[in-house]
Amino acid sequence: MMMGGQPTLAAYLILGAILFSIGVVGIFLNRKNVIILLMAIELLLLAVNINLVAFSRYQGNLEGQVFVFFILTVAAAEAAIGLAILVVYFRNRRSINVEDIDELRG
Amino acid sequence: MIITTILFYLFSAILLGSATAVITARNPVYASLFLVLAFFNAAALFILLGAEFLGLILILVYVGAVMVLFLFVVMMLDINLTRLKEGFLSYLPLGLAIAILGVLELAVVFWTSPLGHIPAPGPIPANADNTRALGVLLYTHYLYPFEIAAVILLVAIIAAIALTLRRRQGTKTQSIDAQMAVRAKDRISLVNLRRPEQ
Repeated sequence: MMMGGQPTLAAYLILGAILFSIGVVGIFLNRKNVIILLMAIELLLLAVNINLVAFSRYQGNLEGQVFVFFILTVAAAEAAIGLAILVVYFRNRRSINVEDIDELRG
Repeated sequence: MIITTILFYLFSAILLGSATAVITARNPVYASLFLVLAFFNAAALFILLGAEFLGLILILVYVGAVMVLFLFVVMMLDINLTRLKEGFLSYLPLGLAIAILGVLELAVVFWTSPLGHIPAPGPIPANADNTRALGVLLYTHYLYPFEIAAVILLVAIIAAIALTLRRRQGTKTQSIDAQMAVRAKDRISLVNLRRPEQ
């Protein structure tokens, strides 16, 4: 996996792919715990960010890092609102189990 | 430059290990602490790739703010852990199969396409200023997206506060809008005391 003493782009991309898969498996495993689901989503976004930064370095183009900047912004907003919804939900139902969130089922 | 490769594998191994610990930890507190470790290692990888600004932002914003928020929420909620772990392993074979298949497919594509074999750029020059270059790009070409990102953060602040704000009943707080809306006829009622004519 070495070329000129540095990891190739493929090494970074495969790292991102493995991290993304770990996030997907996390969503499969922790279907009931919303907090861990939010953490798995953070892992997915982190994998995407690693890909973008690696492309930015190997293509010599800084715009990939600009996109990582925006993804970080949106991810922080998403985590804040998601946790706020979680707190409100827990206040009403005393539970964060996903299976209890079926009030809207017709 | 062999040190770069060694560091890459070291940080990647810790990153993947802590990410696995995040999704398998029994206690959400452990999960969020492992996620902090994962973010630290990802920041180290960013810095290895010459993106110092993003690496430091990842530590400051994620470890400093988002993960502290997660820890607050985990500690604030009184969660019944045993119920949440029911059926934990029932979807493991399917999830693992999908993950392994996805990684294998992507790895084959990366290895066979010319994309994965873009030659590594030369070493980063000692006077390279990643923060300055990124700032120049953000404040010229990406100025409007940058301002929209700021508005998104404002919306997130207001939404989070508005969602979690609640008025408790029975507290002795001053209600200014009720004070301003009051009128004299609400407070005083004039009673006619004249003795009726005999």
